[in-house]
Amino acid sequence: MQHLWLIPTLPLAGFLVNGLAGRRASKTFVNAVAIGSVFLAFLWTVKTLFALAPLETPHIERYFTWIASGDLRIGFDFAVDRLSAVMLMVVTGVGLLIHIYAAGYMAHEGGYYRFFAFLNLFMFFMLVLVLAANYLLLFVGWEGVGLCSYLLIGFYFLRKSAADAGKKAFIVNRIGDFGFSLAVFLIFVAFGTLDFGQVFAKAASLPVEHTAGLLTAVCLLLMLGAAGKSAQVPLYVWLPDAMEGPTPVSALIHAATMVTAGVYMVARSATLFTRAPLALDVVALIGLFTAVLAASIGLVQNDIKKVFAYSTVSQLGYMFLGLGAGAFSAGIFHLVTHAFFKALLFLGAGSVIHALSGEQDLRQMGGLRSKIPVTFWTMLCAAVAIAGVPPFSGFYSKDEILLAAHHHAPWMYWVGVITAGMTAFYVFRAMFMAFFGSYRGRAHAHESPLVMTAPLMALAALSLAGGKIDVPRILEPVFPRGEAHHSPALVAISVGAGFAGIALAWLLYVVRPALAGALAERTGFLYRLLYGKYFLDEIYDALVVRPIERVSRVLLWRGMDVGLIDGAVNGAGNRAQGIGGVLRKLQSGYIRSYAVWVLAGAVLMLVTVALAGGGR
Amino acid sequence: MSQYYTATDHFVLVPAIMLALFGCAILLFDFWVFPEPKQRKWLLAFLALGEAFAGYGLWQQHTYIAGQGIAELTAFQGSLVVDGFSLFFNWMFIAAASIVALMSYRYLEVEGEHHGEYYSLILLAQCGMYFLASGADLITLFVGLELMALCFYIMVGFLRSDKRSNEAAMKYLLLGGFSSGFLAYGFSLLYGLSGSTKLSEIGVAIARRDPADPVLLLAMVTTTVGLLFKISAVPFHMWAPDAYEGAPTTVTAYLSVGSKAASIAFLLRIFLGPLASARAAWEPLLVFAAIASLTVGNLAAISQHNIKRLLAYSSISHAGYMLLGLVAGNETGIKGVAVYVLVYTFTNLGVFLVIVALRREGLVGDNIDDLAGLMHKSPGYALLMLICLLSLAGIPPTAGFIGKYYIFLSLIQAGRYVLAAAAALYVAVAIYYYFRIVRSMFMSDAEDAGAMETTFGVRVAAALTGLGTLGIGIFPEPFLRFAGQSLIR
Amino acid sequence: MTTAVPLSWYLILSAILFGLGVAGFVFRRNIITVFMSIELMLNAVNLSFVAFSYQLRQTDGHIYTFFVMVVAAAEAAVGLAIILTVFKNRATLEIDEVSDLKN
Repeated sequence: MQHLWLIPTLPLAGFLVNGLAGRRASKTFVNAVAIGSVFLAFLWTVKTLFALAPLETPHIERYFTWIASGDLRIGFDFAVDRLSAVMLMVVTGVGLLIHIYAAGYMAHEGGYYRFFAFLNLFMFFMLVLVLAANYLLLFVGWEGVGLCSYLLIGFYFLRKSAADAGKKAFIVNRIGDFGFSLAVFLIFVAFGTLDFGQVFAKAASLPVEHTAGLLTAVCLLLMLGAAGKSAQVPLYVWLPDAMEGPTPVSALIHAATMVTAGVYMVARSATLFTRAPLALDVVALIGLFTAVLAASIGLVQNDIKKVFAYSTVSQLGYMFLGLGAGAFSAGIFHLVTHAFFKALLFLGAGSVIHALSGEQDLRQMGGLRSKIPVTFWTMLCAAVAIAGVPPFSGFYSKDEILLAAHHHAPWMYWVGVITAGMTAFYVFRAMFMAFFGSYRGRAHAHESPLVMTAPLMALAALSLAGGKIDVPRILEPVFPRGEAHHSPALVAISVGAGFAGIALAWLLYVVRPALAGALAERTGFLYRLLYGKYFLDEIYDALVVRPIERVSRVLLWRGMDVGLIDGAVNGAGNRAQGIGGVLRKLQSGYIRSYAVWVLAGAVLMLVTVALAGGGR
Repeated sequence: MSQYYTATDHFVLVPAIMLALFGCAILLFDFWVFPEPKQRKWLLAFLALGEAFAGYGLWQQHTYIAGQGIAELTAFQGSLVVDGFSLFFNWMFIAAASIVALMSYRYLEVEGEHHGEYYSLILLAQCGMYFLASGADLITLFVGLELMALCFYIMVGFLRSDKRSNEAAMKYLLLGGFSSGFLAYGFSLLYGLSGSTKLSEIGVAIARRDPADPVLLLAMVTTTVGLLFKISAVPFHMWAPDAYEGAPTTVTAYLSVGSKAASIAFLLRIFLGPLASARAAWEPLLVFAAIASLTVGNLAAISQHNIKRLLAYSSISHAGYMLLGLVAGNETGIKGVAVYVLVYTFTNLGVFLVIVALRREGLVGDNIDDLAGLMHKSPGYALLMLICLLSLAGIPPTAGFIGKYYIFLSLIQAGRYVLAAAAALYVAVAIYYYFRIVRSMFMSDAEDAGAMETTFGVRVAAALTGLGTLGIGIFPEPFLRFAGQSLIR
Repeated sequence: MTTAVPLSWYLILSAILFGLGVAGFVFRRNIITVFMSIELMLNAVNLSFVAFSYQLRQTDGHIYTFFVMVVAAAEAAVGLAIILTVFKNRATLEIDEVSDLKN
C-alpha cells in the first residue's frame, strides 16, 4: 500500500475547508489551504513514484467493492502505471504552478475563496480520473472535472457571455458524455467487467475477427466522449467560449489538464483501439481535421485568449493524430510538452491582461516588450517551443507525431506540416502584435508581481528543456516502441515550415504592418470565413439548438392543448380566446382538461391492448 | 386472541396499530394537554415515539422472518403479508416520515399554520402506506390507498388561507378521486373474473383465462390507469405539478417520496402478482408510459422557474425510470426499482429540505432565483443541494447513479437496447435543468444577505439526507443486499 | 339461481353509470357536481361488486362495497371541507376559475 488515495484526497480536503470556512477566512488562509493541499499532493505523488520505481507493471490498490452484482465486481480501485505517473506529474506539477500564479492573479477579485475551492475540487476530480483503475471510476472523475469546468467558466457570472459559455460547454459535453456512458455499458456487456486490466486482457485474448465490430463500436463511442471533453470536431465549439473563465482556469483546465483527459482516455484504451483499426483511423482523421481547422481560425483572431484557445484545439488535434497513427507515446509526449508551453502562454496572456487591467484585444496592445519584460521573455520561450523550433520541447514531441503520421499515411504528414506552419504564424503574430511595434492602448502597463512571474519562469524552463524528458522511453512498458522512424529530411521540412510561419508573421506584423490589413482586404471572403470561425456556431444553432427549442415550446406546450382539448371541452367561445393569442400550454390549469388527459390515456391504452389482442 | 385475531395477526399489525394510535394520541394531546401553540413542538416527541414503536414492531418482524428463514408471514387469512418487500418499503417510510417531521416544525411556524393535526396526518398517511406495502388483498390495498390519499389531500391544503394551497388540494382531491374510481372499477372486474379479492387467488384465476378476454383487458387497463396516476406517470401526471407547487413545501417533500414510494410498492404488488401472467398485454402500456414520462418530465422541466414545479416534472421523469425497471422485468430490474426508490427518497428529501430551510418571513424560497448565492450564504446547504442534484441527475459517485445503473443494466440484460439508449439520452437532458439550479447557487450573488434560520431538527434532517445520498453512492453494498432481499416472495 | 336479470345486464348498467360519472366529471363546471360525479363512479363500482358477489354467492364483494361506501363518505367529508375553503378564498364554485396553478 502506497496510500494513493491521499493524492486526490488532499485537494478534496482543501475544497472542503475553503468551501465551508473560506468565506470568513483571510486570503492568506485561503491561499495556504488551496496551494498547500496541492503542494502536498504533489509531494505525495513524487514520494509515491519514487517508492514504486521502476513501476514496469501497474501498481493497483483496491480499497473496497463499490458495486457488485452477481459475480461482477466494480471496485473503488486506484492504479498507477507509467502512463498515469506521467499524467500525475503533469497534473500536480503544472497544477501547483497555476495555483501559485492564481493567488496573484485573483488577488483583487471577488469570490476569492470560492474560486480556490472550485480549483481544488477540480484537482480532486482530475486526480481521480487519472488514478482510476476502471472505467466507472474514470467516469466519476470525468463528470467531476466537467462540473468544475462549468462552475469556473461561469465564475464571472455577472457577464452574460460567461454564463452562456458555461452553459454551452455543459451542453456540448453532454453529447460526448452520452457517447462515453454508452461505451462503458457496451464494455460492461461485452466483457463483464470494467476493470482496465481485465478488460484489456479479455480484449487481447479474443480473436480479432470476433471482436472487431464490437470494439469498433466501443472505440467510436469512446472517441465521441473524448471529442466532447478534448474539444475535437465536431464538438470543439465550447472550448473557445470557455475562455470567459478566469485566465488561470483557462491555463489549468482548458489547456493543460482537463481537455487532455480525452487524449489520456484514448491512450489508456490503446489495447482496444489497436484492435479496431477503423476507429483508429477515425481518431487520426478527426485529429488532423481539427488541427487544420482550428489553426486556420486561429490565424485571424484578435482576442489574445481566443488565439490560444484555437491553438489548444489545434494542438489537441495533433495529439489525436499521434494516437490515431498508432504512436500513443508520441501523443502523450505532446500532451506533456503542450501542458508546459500552453499553460505558459495562457499564464503569460493572463499577465498581459493583468498588466493592461483587463484588456484582451491584441489590437489594443503593442510594444509591451519593454514594459513587461519578464512576461515577454517567458512567453517567447513558449512561443518558440510551440512553433517547433529545435531544440525546444515542442520540436521533439511534434516531430515524433509527424513522423508517425508519415509512416501511417504520408499525406497526413504534409497536412500536419502545413498546420505546423500556421501554428508558428499565429503564435508569433500574437507575440508581435502584443510586444512589438508601438503601444496602441490607453491603460498603464505594469509588470506582474513575483507570485505570478515565478510560475512563468518555471514553466519557461520546462518549455525550453521539457523535450529532454524522453516521455516515449518512459512509456515503453505501456506502449512498446515500434521501429524508430528517423528521417532528417522530414524533420527539416517541418522545422522549415515553422520558421516560414515565424518569418511571415515578422514580415506582416513587424516589418510591414500595413500589409496585414491589405491582405485581409484582398482576401475578403476567406478572411471573413476564418474570422467568423467558419460560422459553425451559427450553423449548429440553426440546425440543432433552435429546432429542439421549437419542438419543446411549440409542439409540447401550445399545439396539443389549445387545439385538441380546449376545443373539445370548452367549446367555441374559449377556443376563440385560445386562438386570440393567449399562450396556453399543455398544463393548462383546468382540472377538466387534466381529466380528459387521463381519460384519453385510458382510451388509448384500451385501444392498444384491444388491437394487440392481449399481446398475442 | 381468537381465531379472528390471532397472535400472528397482531404481530403483523403492530406497526400499523402504533402509527394509528400515536396519530390519534397527537390529536387528543394537541387539544387537551398542549393548548398553547408554543408547546406544539412536544408533539414531535409523540411522533418520534410512534415511529420508534412502529420501528420496533418492524424490527421484530424483520428478525423473525430472518430467524425463521421463511419468505413471508401472512395474516388475516392472507390479507396482509410481511415479506422482504414490505419490510424494505416500510423502513423507507419510517425514514421518510421522520425526516419530513424534523424539517416541518419551523416551516409551519413561519407559515402560521402550525397545528397538531399535521403530525397526526403524517402518521396516519404512513399507516396507509403500511397497508399498501403489506396488503395482499384488494380491500386492504384500496383502503390503505385511500387512507394515505385522504391524509395527503388535507395536508396539501394545509395552508387554509393560501389560495394556491387550496387549489392544489382541490385538484389533487378531484383527480385523485377520479383515478380511484378507475382503480376501483378495475378491482371490481378483477374480483368478478376470479371470484376472490386475494391477490394470490386472483393471480391463479387470471393465469387460467384467455389473455385476450375483453373483460380482463378492461380490468387491466382501468387498474393500470389508477396505478399510473398515483405514481404520476404520463399521461396521468397532470395533477403532480400543480399539487407539488401549491402544497406546503414539507408536504410536497412527503408527497414526492412517501406517496410515490408507496404507490410504486402497490404497483409492483399488482403487476408482479395477479397481473404477472398478462405481462405481454401490459408491458407495451408501461413502455409507452415510461417513455412518455421521460419525455414530458424532462422537456417540461427545462422551462420551469419554480423549483417545486421543476421537481414535480423531474419526479415525473423518475417515475419513468422506475417503470423501465419493471419493464425489464428481470431480477436486476426489480431490485433496481427498489434501489431507485430508496435513493430517490433520500435525495429528493434533501433537495426539498434545502428549499424548506430557505423559507423565512418574506422569502418563499421556491423560485430558482431564491437560491442565488446560496454558496455565500450557507455553503453547507449549498453543498447538500449540489450532492442531491448530482444524485438526481445520476452522476457517480452519488446514490442516484447506483439507481440508474441498475435500471440501465437490467434493460441491457433484457436486450432492450433502444430503451436503454433513450433513458441514457434523457439523463443527459436532465442534467441540464438540474444544473440551472446549481448555477444559481454557485454562480450568482445573493439578492438579500439574510442568513438562513435553521433549527436543530432541520440540521439533523440535512445530515441524514446528505449521508444517505452520499453513503448509498459510495458504500452501496448493504443497501443493495437489503433491496435484494425484498425480491423474496 | 332464479334471477330473471342476467349478470351482464348489471355489468352493462354499471359501465354506463361509470361512463356517466366520467362524463359528468369532464363536462360539468360546478365543483360540487364534479365531486358528485366521482361518487357516481364509485357507485357504479359498487353495483358491479354486488352483482359479481351475488352471482358468485360470496360475501367478499359485499364487504368491498361497504368499504367503498366508507371511503366515499370519508372522501366526501374531506372533499367538502376542501371545497369550502376554496369557496371561502375565491367566492366561486366555477371549476375553471380555479386554475391559478398552471404551465
